[in-house]
Amino acid sequence: MSITTNHVKQKSVLELTVNNHPGVMSHVCGLFSRRAFNVEGILCMPIGDGHRSRIWLLVNEDERLENMVKQLDKLEDVLDISRHGADHQIFSRLEEYFRA
Amino acid sequence: MQFSGAEIIVKLLERQGITQISGIPGGANLPLYDALKLSSIKHILARHEQGAGFIAQGMARASGRTAVCFATSGPGATNLLTAIADARLDSVPLVAITGQVPLPMIGTDAFQEIDTYGLTLPITKHNYLVRSVEELLWVIPAAFRVAASGRPGPVVVDVPKDVQLRKMEVTKWPEPGGPAEPPEPDSPDVDRMVQIINEAKRPMFYIGGGIINAGAAQTIRRIVDKASIPTTSTLMGLGAVPSNHPLFLGMLGMHAARYTNMALDECDLLIAVGVRFDDRATGKVAQFCSHARIIHVDIDPSELGKIKMPFVGVEGDVAKVLAAAESRIEAVDRSAWLSRICELKAAYPLVMPGADDPLSPYGLVLQAAAVAEQDAIITTDVGQHQMWVAQSFPFSYPRQLLTSGGLGTMGFGMPAAIGASLAYPNRQIICFSGDGSLLMNIQELATAAEERTNIKVIVMNNAHLGLVRQQQELFYGSRFSASRFHAEPDFPAIARGFGLEAVDLGNVPDPKKALKHAIGQRGPCLINVPIPAEDKVFPMVPPGAANRDMIGGENHVDND
Repeated sequence: MSITTNHVKQKSVLELTVNNHPGVMSHVCGLFSRRAFNVEGILCMPIGDGHRSRIWLLVNEDERLENMVKQLDKLEDVLDISRHGADHQIFSRLEEYFRA
Repeated sequence: MQFSGAEIIVKLLERQGITQISGIPGGANLPLYDALKLSSIKHILARHEQGAGFIAQGMARASGRTAVCFATSGPGATNLLTAIADARLDSVPLVAITGQVPLPMIGTDAFQEIDTYGLTLPITKHNYLVRSVEELLWVIPAAFRVAASGRPGPVVVDVPKDVQLRKMEVTKWPEPGGPAEPPEPDSPDVDRMVQIINEAKRPMFYIGGGIINAGAAQTIRRIVDKASIPTTSTLMGLGAVPSNHPLFLGMLGMHAARYTNMALDECDLLIAVGVRFDDRATGKVAQFCSHARIIHVDIDPSELGKIKMPFVGVEGDVAKVLAAAESRIEAVDRSAWLSRICELKAAYPLVMPGADDPLSPYGLVLQAAAVAEQDAIITTDVGQHQMWVAQSFPFSYPRQLLTSGGLGTMGFGMPAAIGASLAYPNRQIICFSGDGSLLMNIQELATAAEERTNIKVIVMNNAHLGLVRQQQELFYGSRFSASRFHAEPDFPAIARGFGLEAVDLGNVPDPKKALKHAIGQRGPCLINVPIPAEDKVFPMVPPGAANRDMIGGENHVDND
């Protein structure tokens, strides 16, 4: 599920609060994959009492991203969504686990 | 009191006000059908799950209320997919309840197991795999809330067989799920919209299915009249403004009248309401209304700017937005613009060859319209006949036309007509179809006969996939590849075999009289009409071209 690009793209970090059940990741990832929009990084863990999860997505900036955020917001299981810049630390602090 | 999951589903459907369900039983939904047997809900046994899906769609589209269909697991569910996807693209509220293999067998490649949840994920508004009987108490009302709230759409509820069988104590039933009250539109956006409309010299309304879903047809008619704003409609919006309204310019886009696309090219403000800038409407997007500012009103925020960035985007229920704007939209003198529209209309009208001949497409549509009852519901299949109907049938009220717009599904029309007839048993339902489309769900003629529906299936029979043939002639050097049916079935004989009345207009002394008689008689009837394979839908914008680059349909040229 990747669009190869020749140049380094600006990245964005999306923070989603979602219901925690088996289909949610499919709903979220499906929105991207069916538009051939690559998700560079995904993190997901339950929060609070486990009824909800937080999903962090690392995605390339693209003119479609704004519409993607609106589409995510429409998903029944997505309760909240916020958009951070590439300087957000969540993915960079995990880099040591992702060395080739 | 103890209830099984199946009994809970049926009870909740009754509480939703559901009185009719289409579907087909099978191994994984037998408990559901067992519970249905004791219910007041009437079941309509389709002959293929796709038919069941379109019958439910017909009920929903005709009435505006959420409709329900049932299917079993595996092939039952996969057969439903096309009807679900079709409902998604045309924003039709539908709840499809599918049987699934028992929970412990999920993932084992059990008999008739398929990942219904995964398959329906991209084609539903939302979907559920119910994992316990307790969940049903909130999932069923939620399914109805989601299907009908905001922009309507299909919801799938996949229920494993053991969940249907499991019993639980129910002491209190949940409230039925219904559409959430749409939020009030943002008033600064409405203010800007009003101001820009009042300032516009050459505005045009571009309206679509959203107007009909919102019940805003009367409001838009009042605004059109008050502010003298010429109006064009998408296929899905036909009927919102009556076709004989002096300011109504018909459908826009690929098969619009020439003057309609030309007027759009000259407008200085496009007020897009309840539309999604579909490629069949816009043609080449960069050149669509290139001189105009755009106001876009839609209940679905992801539609604003999806295709074309609006100058003003208003997120909201179009009925509420229009109601908030109506009193402040001024009665501006736009006589110069209106006379320009009249000029265009006179010079570049919709040309309908054979309008007097009931054995030619336009003549057939017009003749059927002339003899149809005032409140007849029209359904179509997909292809040339669909566009001829959209161009020429005098639609005059919302939900009069039920057609597969977004997905363009051949096989939609006849089962949708059955659904419309079930929703409104006393109304006449006329289904325009083609010989290609009708064969795609012809098994539902059995359902039409069994239910004694008052549907009239008019088959424009050219022994071709007509719109394919047309495109091959126009764009593929007349290389007619696989568009001709060499075996020509005897449709009247087939219909009689299913228990319908039938007539062949090509084989009677007075086709007009025979058509009138066939439409006027109560009960299901098939009307076969041989039409020339060479007839084309004109004008036509070549796929990918700008709307101003239309082929055919010139006023001075004979289209034959």
